[in-house]
Amino acid sequence: MSVILHSKKCTEISNHSVKGIIFDIERYAIHDGPGIRTTVFMKGCPLKCWWCHNPEGIELSKNLMYFEYKCINCKMCVKVCPTNAISFDGEKKTIDRVLCSRCGICAEYCPTGALRIVGYEVTVYELVREIKKDVLLYDRSGGGVTFSGGEPLFQPLFLKEVLKECKKAGIHVALDTTGYAPPEIFELFIDDVDLFLYDIKLLDDKEHKKYTGVSNEFIKKNLAILIERGRGNSVILRFPVIPEITDTEKNLNELLLFISKLKGVNEVDVLPFHDVSEKYDRLGMEYKMRGHKAPSKERLKYIKEKLEGVGFYVKIGG
Amino acid sequence: MSDISHVKLNVELQRRRSYVKPMNARIAKLRDESVNAEVKVSAERAKLVTEFYKSGVAKGKSIPVQRALMFKYLMEHVSIPVEDGQLIVGIRGTGPKEVPTYPEICVHTINDLETLSSRKNMPYKVDKETKELYELEIIPFWKGASMRDIIFEHLPNEWKDAYESGIWTEFMEQRAPGHTAGGDRIFKMGILDIKKEIGNKIEELSVNDPEYFDKLEELKAMEIVADAIVRYAERYAEKLEKMAKEEENEQRREELRQMAEICRWVPAHPPRTFWEALQHYWFIHVGITYETNPWDSFTPGRLDQHLYPFYERDIKEGRLTRERAKELLEAFWVKFNNQPAVPKVGVTLEESFTYNDFSKINIGGLREDGTDAVNELSYLILEVLEEMQTMQPNTAVLVSNKNPDHFLMRALEVVSRGFGEPPLFNFDGAIIKMLRQGKSLEDARTCGVSGCVETGVFGKEAYILTGYLNLPKILEVTLNNGIDPRTGKKVGLETGDPKKFKTFDELIEAFVKQLRYFISIKCMGNDIIEVLYAKYLPVPFLSLWIEDCLKNAKDYNAGGARYNTSYIQMVGLGTLTDSLVSLKYNVFERKLFTMDEVLIALSKNYGGYENMRQIFLNKTPKYGNDDDYADEIARRIVDILVEIVEGIPPTPVRKASRRVYFLPTTAHIYFGKVTGATPDGRRAGEPLSEGVSPVQGMDRRGIVAVFRSVAKIDWDKTGGALLNQKLTPDLLLDVENIKKMAQLIRTFFVLGGHHVQFNVVSAELLREAQKRPQDFQDLMVRVAGYSDYFVNLPRGLQEEIIARTEHKAL
Repeated sequence: MSVILHSKKCTEISNHSVKGIIFDIERYAIHDGPGIRTTVFMKGCPLKCWWCHNPEGIELSKNLMYFEYKCINCKMCVKVCPTNAISFDGEKKTIDRVLCSRCGICAEYCPTGALRIVGYEVTVYELVREIKKDVLLYDRSGGGVTFSGGEPLFQPLFLKEVLKECKKAGIHVALDTTGYAPPEIFELFIDDVDLFLYDIKLLDDKEHKKYTGVSNEFIKKNLAILIERGRGNSVILRFPVIPEITDTEKNLNELLLFISKLKGVNEVDVLPFHDVSEKYDRLGMEYKMRGHKAPSKERLKYIKEKLEGVGFYVKIGG
Repeated sequence: MSDISHVKLNVELQRRRSYVKPMNARIAKLRDESVNAEVKVSAERAKLVTEFYKSGVAKGKSIPVQRALMFKYLMEHVSIPVEDGQLIVGIRGTGPKEVPTYPEICVHTINDLETLSSRKNMPYKVDKETKELYELEIIPFWKGASMRDIIFEHLPNEWKDAYESGIWTEFMEQRAPGHTAGGDRIFKMGILDIKKEIGNKIEELSVNDPEYFDKLEELKAMEIVADAIVRYAERYAEKLEKMAKEEENEQRREELRQMAEICRWVPAHPPRTFWEALQHYWFIHVGITYETNPWDSFTPGRLDQHLYPFYERDIKEGRLTRERAKELLEAFWVKFNNQPAVPKVGVTLEESFTYNDFSKINIGGLREDGTDAVNELSYLILEVLEEMQTMQPNTAVLVSNKNPDHFLMRALEVVSRGFGEPPLFNFDGAIIKMLRQGKSLEDARTCGVSGCVETGVFGKEAYILTGYLNLPKILEVTLNNGIDPRTGKKVGLETGDPKKFKTFDELIEAFVKQLRYFISIKCMGNDIIEVLYAKYLPVPFLSLWIEDCLKNAKDYNAGGARYNTSYIQMVGLGTLTDSLVSLKYNVFERKLFTMDEVLIALSKNYGGYENMRQIFLNKTPKYGNDDDYADEIARRIVDILVEIVEGIPPTPVRKASRRVYFLPTTAHIYFGKVTGATPDGRRAGEPLSEGVSPVQGMDRRGIVAVFRSVAKIDWDKTGGALLNQKLTPDLLLDVENIKKMAQLIRTFFVLGGHHVQFNVVSAELLREAQKRPQDFQDLMVRVAGYSDYFVNLPRGLQEEIIARTEHKAL
């Protein structure tokens, strides 16, 4: 696993067998950048946003997901689990997430796929082969590949190798990023990426730390680097509308102030919050936003108009 | 159900309904009357045909002349109703949705009539008089003498065993061959021109020709039917003139007068105007569908091509406006919808459980000279389709690389309305198929699709479909060493005890042997049936219109057409592939189970073997996910089927080459019922996969993966392959999404896909329709190569459609 962790020396190594860990590849993605795209969901993210809608992408290591509706109570998992982490209380299954070593044996034996390991290793070669399958679609539609996650920059060595291959094949690359990476790492990717789908969440650093677990310093810095390099026009900002967290008048005003100074940037995608309790349940993860309401249509319209008011092209839903 | 979901459903439903908007009150009325008309059996044709044969007029005449005189008798005596407000006249039957019967082909028993009348789904009402007439006149006269009786009398026992076992169906046991479409001949020729051709041909005949008599009699028959259709039109002209005199509304009076004038001109002469062209075609359509009950009714084929010269000239000369053309087309649409399929019973009903009679209007594609054929009428027809949303006629959008994106996008916009139309076809691929079959390039470019997805050269080819073949059932028989486990009867060959197979290839070898056996028996049956139709049921009227029947002085059913093809339609490719993949993966490679265990589990319908079934369902590669492991096997199966079928010598009379299609209509439901549990995890009795679509719900990697999987198969070697996809409405919600879908489809076609059609409907809406059928009477969905009202479908078919994977926007 060590090869996929942070490495400042990543550019010095060129190897097709470098491995990364991803959790999904979606083809015919039509909301992740221009044209028809293939979106690669990479595992691992330095942020722990309360509202994260891809919680299976947060950890770099594999996760065990449990789809209760698929379980037929065969209890095979109980029999095979080497750490006795799974037990049945009558009809109801419980997974002790502390005992679970995520070895995946239960998932292998589970006949229905109710237990499933999320995250799998791929080599650069394997991933690029998948991406290349839809080149005809990208060509025809002006699409390409989008790396999302998780935070793709969390696996820089792997990502770098994949991007090199995409470039060689003339494939348009979009990076759906939190912007959180040490600037010296971030800079290494600027020339490899055609379009940045760049998240801006909270402008107040204290708030940012509270709700995402990290400071927004890198995020602001990296964005500044992009602008400096004249790449503002290859940035689409993405603003998650989380009621009472990012969606406060204060944050909105600060957002407006901040982004209106970003030279070349002219599009903001407004991403409304939705409750994904189910996913967290399946992962056995704590979800702080359970039961929170999605922003109303009126509110989204308000935000949209506000952003349009300072000259941005705004899409709801990306 | 939560309030929010209710609101969502209502929005979806309202949106669907809002698109139905016939252009004016007249059309709305005609449409309503047509949509709401009860389907009835009309005994008139049966009565007239019986009267004719009893009268002795046929005595001593050759069979073609007998059939021609019968047709003449029909044209002189059938009712000639005029629907109030209609602009086009002629109807097969005594009124809208009053469906005639064809006792000389299939004589219904009293029991059949009662079942037809009382069944819950798809009834045909039968009144007391009809029943009495059948009991006293029709049945006594035709029993044992109908084509159906003659066919079953001649078919060998091996054929019947397999038929009863559910290995195949037979298309011609209740309906006559058809499977053809109109070409430009129809729109260029009047009956008088055709009579000239016949006269010349008769003069040319030489007594030295060993076929002199047959040819002469066929030509005489053609002459009789040619006159007969003119008489039919004259009867209408007389009636319309009379109606005009009595009509009080001035505008309608003038219309009736014009209609009478048109009926005096066509079909005797070639049409001169747009209106005349539609009426001219319609007389021929009615004639063909009165002569016999041909499969897939009949179709004007490439309608935008055929009508365009009339449209262009009329507009230029100020006789027509776009709006008037649309009104005429919408009135024309109603004419099709007024003619449901003939009443089917038994296996024919099971394989084609629908009122839809599959008239398919084609638009787009290329012209004969290879240039883009999309014109103003292509768009106008899409508009008509969108506004009318009637079950019939069906349509086909032919997509060539030379057609503009705008056309494809407009078609997809209509698709997004959610009633299942229009399906999209790879026209450039269709040309390759036609060329491979030896057609000239120019003829190939006049091809199109009829029925569901059947490709043929319009106006010049008899591409007869002979029945569906149940591929998974043949695997089942193989796994039981020749025995059908449902009946315990030996129907196939002894290809070895599968428990002794050491490799997957041994299994494949046994399966291929079994396939060869069944296909050879099926083809033998087809040959017998072809001989019988050629001998007993010539169709001189249809033969007037399909080239080169007249030139060859040979009937359509005897091989008169320029091109002759004979198809077997394969069903259950997905189920078969997944079953073979499962055995390969779980038994021969991973050795997770022994063949013995699997066979026991199958025989117990997985009772006590749920874990095994779940592994087969969830932990085994599946066709439709762009997984080469599974897709390779699908490709191999198709190659094998093509090789076997094409390897059988041409048919005896028509000298037709043999080919394969992949389409099911509703046979996948019927075949599912007679097929036990399969090694892909499917339980006994459940539907098979339909067309070349993946097994319902097993395509889990999205629509691109489905397209990739399907396109790995060499469809150019087949006549066509039906692919159903279900989309959630959001995937086609705006222009951007429609554009992307258009690009996806074009890419699919570049990769070699033949056809795709979409259900744009949410599973929730369908579930709700099951609960409250009374509120969803108008909900139309895509079934196989046609659309039908969801609530009219048998439950099994409803469930099958719901079970299809739903692709969402990512």
